[in-house]
Amino acid sequence: MHETAFQIFINTLLANNFVLAMFLGLCPFLGVSGKLNTAFPMGVATTFVMLVASLCAYGLNMLLSAFHLEFLRLIAYIVIIASTVQLVEMVMKKYSPALFRALGIYLPLITTNCAVLGVALFQTARDYDFVQSITFAIGGGLGFTLALVLMASVRERLQLSNVITLAEGTALSLMLAGILSLSFMGFAGLGG
Amino acid sequence: MTPSTTAKWDEFMEGIWKQNPIFVMVLGMCPALAVTVSAVNAISMGIATTFVLTCSCLLVSLMRKMVPKEVRIATYIVIIATFVTAVDYFIQAISLALYDALGAFIQLIVVNCIILGRAEAHASRNPPLVAVSNALGMGAGFTIGLFALGSVREILGNGTLFGFSLFGEHFQPWVIMVLPPGGFFVLGAWLLLFAWFERRKQAIKEAGQHA
Repeated sequence: MHETAFQIFINTLLANNFVLAMFLGLCPFLGVSGKLNTAFPMGVATTFVMLVASLCAYGLNMLLSAFHLEFLRLIAYIVIIASTVQLVEMVMKKYSPALFRALGIYLPLITTNCAVLGVALFQTARDYDFVQSITFAIGGGLGFTLALVLMASVRERLQLSNVITLAEGTALSLMLAGILSLSFMGFAGLGG
Repeated sequence: MTPSTTAKWDEFMEGIWKQNPIFVMVLGMCPALAVTVSAVNAISMGIATTFVLTCSCLLVSLMRKMVPKEVRIATYIVIIATFVTAVDYFIQAISLALYDALGAFIQLIVVNCIILGRAEAHASRNPPLVAVSNALGMGAGFTIGLFALGSVREILGNGTLFGFSLFGEHFQPWVIMVLPPGGFFVLGAWLLLFAWFERRKQAIKEAGQHA
């Protein structure tokens, strides 16, 4: 079964959306999706980290396989991701301090975003080649951004409407995520 | 019980009820929703996470005076990743079926926010025994939360619990519950239930004060 790069892209973007179908990266999804103008940069930052992590993981995996050190894979991946996040954090602090403050604790937490480690692990598990890995990372990142933006837009509108006070907060967000996830199931089979 | 045992018991109960990682702190959502399609998966995941959590917290607590402040997060992550690798190989050795069912989510225990959160907020500031009781409590609370999700989803979506049929053959399974949206709905419903419970307790308390 050989998937083309385009199929992988569509699949990760819509049909197997990281957040809504595979439950990866739920913490930032629930945490940062309150406002649209923080949700979008967060998505972009995560996409960038994913892309870099995917590239590094690809090279690292070749290296580890060559020396038969597969059991070190997990540790190596997580160290790579942590350093990439550190880099993004420093760049953002320098060039956009306002955004840096708005994202707050969620920026360093990209390290513990399962979507990022998920990209690295899945591309290894599925034996993707170089091009496939990159499309997988970009598709996954954009899919994450899409889910985040959709969720933020819905939640912004909800702030103006009357909600049962009991359901306010996380319970309501989860129900919303459920409905979004339900609608994304309509894309099933799109990527072939 | 001596005072110090009581204190440790309190640390343990903290994670099960007052600070339950799933229902109160809403942490570690990714594995909580992804693997809870059946009760067995949920419990295995809970036990695996508890093991990693306890061992990591013990090690972090033992090393708390040695690790320089600047590199602590990196150190914790490496400790956690080591234990997760061990669990990964262990599950692969005892049950391939379980290994396939849990998939990448065993390795993704590394990025479970509960573990890093506990290591940073609790284990790095407390002596080993206290840290371990707290970690065990958190792990138990997490397992209970996963079981609450997994059992509801398995009963509604499959008509079974632990693989045993509950309703006979005429049961029409509510398939959506074992699919991704069901995870969100069931967790949302549990949180609603807890919020309602909390509010009722508050109302009773207030009524008692006025009377």
